[in-house]
Amino acid sequence: MEKTINQKAWFLVLPVFLLVAFSAVLPLMTVVNYSMQDTFGNNQFFWNGVGWFKELLDPSTDLGSRFFASLWRNLFFSAAILAIEVPLGIVIALSMPRQGWQVAACLVILALPLLIPWNVVGTIWQIFGRPDIGLLGYALNSLGINYNYVSNDFDAWATVIVMDVWHWTSLVALLCYAGLKSIPEAYYQAAQIDGASRWAVFAAIQLPKMNRVLLIAVLLRFMDSFMIYTEPFVVTGGGPGNSTTFISIELVKIALGQFDLGKAAAMSLVYNLIILIVCWVFYTVMTNAGVERPMKEKKP
Amino acid sequence: MARIDLVDLAHSYSGNDAAPESFALKPVTMTWRQGGAYALLGPSGCGKTTLLNLISGIVAPSRGKILFDGKDITALSTQKRNIAQVFQFPVIYDTMTVGENLAFPLKNRRVPKAEIDKRVAEIARLLDLAPYLNRKATRLTADAKQKISLGRGLVRSDVAAILFDEPLTVIDPELKWQLRSKLKALHRELDLTMIYVTHDQTEALTFADTVVVMHDGRVVQSGTPAELFEKPAHTFVGYFIGSPGMNIVPAVVKGREAQIDGHVIALQRSYDAMPAGSKIEIGVRPEFVDVVAPAPGLLSARIERIDDLGRIRFARVRVGDARFAAKVPPGFTSSDGQAALKFDPSHVHVYADSRLVEGAA
Repeated sequence: MEKTINQKAWFLVLPVFLLVAFSAVLPLMTVVNYSMQDTFGNNQFFWNGVGWFKELLDPSTDLGSRFFASLWRNLFFSAAILAIEVPLGIVIALSMPRQGWQVAACLVILALPLLIPWNVVGTIWQIFGRPDIGLLGYALNSLGINYNYVSNDFDAWATVIVMDVWHWTSLVALLCYAGLKSIPEAYYQAAQIDGASRWAVFAAIQLPKMNRVLLIAVLLRFMDSFMIYTEPFVVTGGGPGNSTTFISIELVKIALGQFDLGKAAAMSLVYNLIILIVCWVFYTVMTNAGVERPMKEKKP
Repeated sequence: MARIDLVDLAHSYSGNDAAPESFALKPVTMTWRQGGAYALLGPSGCGKTTLLNLISGIVAPSRGKILFDGKDITALSTQKRNIAQVFQFPVIYDTMTVGENLAFPLKNRRVPKAEIDKRVAEIARLLDLAPYLNRKATRLTADAKQKISLGRGLVRSDVAAILFDEPLTVIDPELKWQLRSKLKALHRELDLTMIYVTHDQTEALTFADTVVVMHDGRVVQSGTPAELFEKPAHTFVGYFIGSPGMNIVPAVVKGREAQIDGHVIALQRSYDAMPAGSKIEIGVRPEFVDVVAPAPGLLSARIERIDDLGRIRFARVRVGDARFAAKVPPGFTSSDGQAALKFDPSHVHVYADSRLVEGAA
């Protein structure tokens, strides 16, 4: 029997095709296009090949030095918040109640910071930390600690990190809590019978069982902190000087402040590539961690 | 190594003030002999796991005492009791190798390294785990994992009793049999008290020398498999053990006779003083009732169907309103479904309010 050939089915995928084209593919290709050209305004473009990329990856140029400086800042920021949020989230999850009305209360309280929009979080901390009218800034200065995030690098960093910890530790804690809840009661009973100490229970049961959710938590927090823009922008504006200027802030400065579309495009492509690679590494680690290979050999 | 005594032990999950009838475990007093192999048998929710958890100390009893060798240990924590427990689902420590898993309880008790290695090697040999000592325990099959759980109990030299909470639930049928034989062999070799919870009568009867049958939070009978089969102390035991279960029918009992549906069945013992006002039943296992051709003087019955179990055939018959299961002797046939029942008087028991009544000789 001959099959009827009907190409009408293509029309069914057309809406999605168009949507993806206009929302992802075309903008990305535009960026690729910009990254190869230079412009002096008036919609006049000149071919520049891989010039911008060469400049970007060469730390001796202005563009390269700015890129690497902000990249290191970004990596340091991610490392710092992970080093705080992951252990803190685990501790919070471990000390949360297991049953009763307290569970619901804890979950709601923990979820609150997660529901606040980024720029609102930024505004809250921007005001909270002000030495003249902010509760935190005023209190610290009254205690004799000279705290001013507008003029002091360390204070600015501390504020940005504490703000992120305040905003996102809940996420890690909630994920860990879910992981903990999935451990069957028999594990704890067996550990009791085996005479395990509190620490041994944590190391032998709780931490290994939280493995997967922790990987997800680290991935999510790394990505988010690596792409951070709004909160530090609102609080410090990238200052004092350039001390809290992260890649995304630098990118906006170059693209919209200086209108250097070519440089900004090259930078955003490299930025994108870094995120993709990290995602791929995490994904590979995660999928491998979850595989349990049953024993193949026959029983003796 | 210890004898375990339960004195008036009872537990309710809703506190000591709960109504006595709602207790998950109603007061029980019994002794577990050192070195015995016991099975706790009963349907789901009968309180057998509660009893086990009380002995291991995972659950603290609402009432009563637990004695190990005469010493009251009711208030001791699980860690301080010399008890090992194997759970329904294998519990293994994922990040550790088989050897590390086995060493874990000893490490926690700060046993010297040389001693740990010696014990682990010995237990691994007993359980046939020696080739896998350096493997990650997560990669093993369910039955190997259960052996590791058991091994963690066996490595401790101070263990008084090993408790099993339906340990074969997740094991493949063919391996179940192997693992059960392994348990029996270990029991013979190690002189340990083993208490085995299950709802599977085959498991209980093959594993234990004493089977404790529980029903609705109570211990209804404790005895050897033969005793449970031949002389159930409670109609529940008769019905729960054996396949098909015991025939239990209302009857009028007087002296050496029981009347069912107007017919008289002879009894071996004399029942003169039956408790007044209680529900009287007689119980007889299908194995001791024969289906025969109708004859005067025998209880007549109508055959509903015949189940061929291969080795033996059982007929489902009706006598008046009562239903019976009865053995079909080889060669018996019935064209019109009419038959009679012939009882073995020595195996007909009398129950008053579900409890066995001992007649006079």
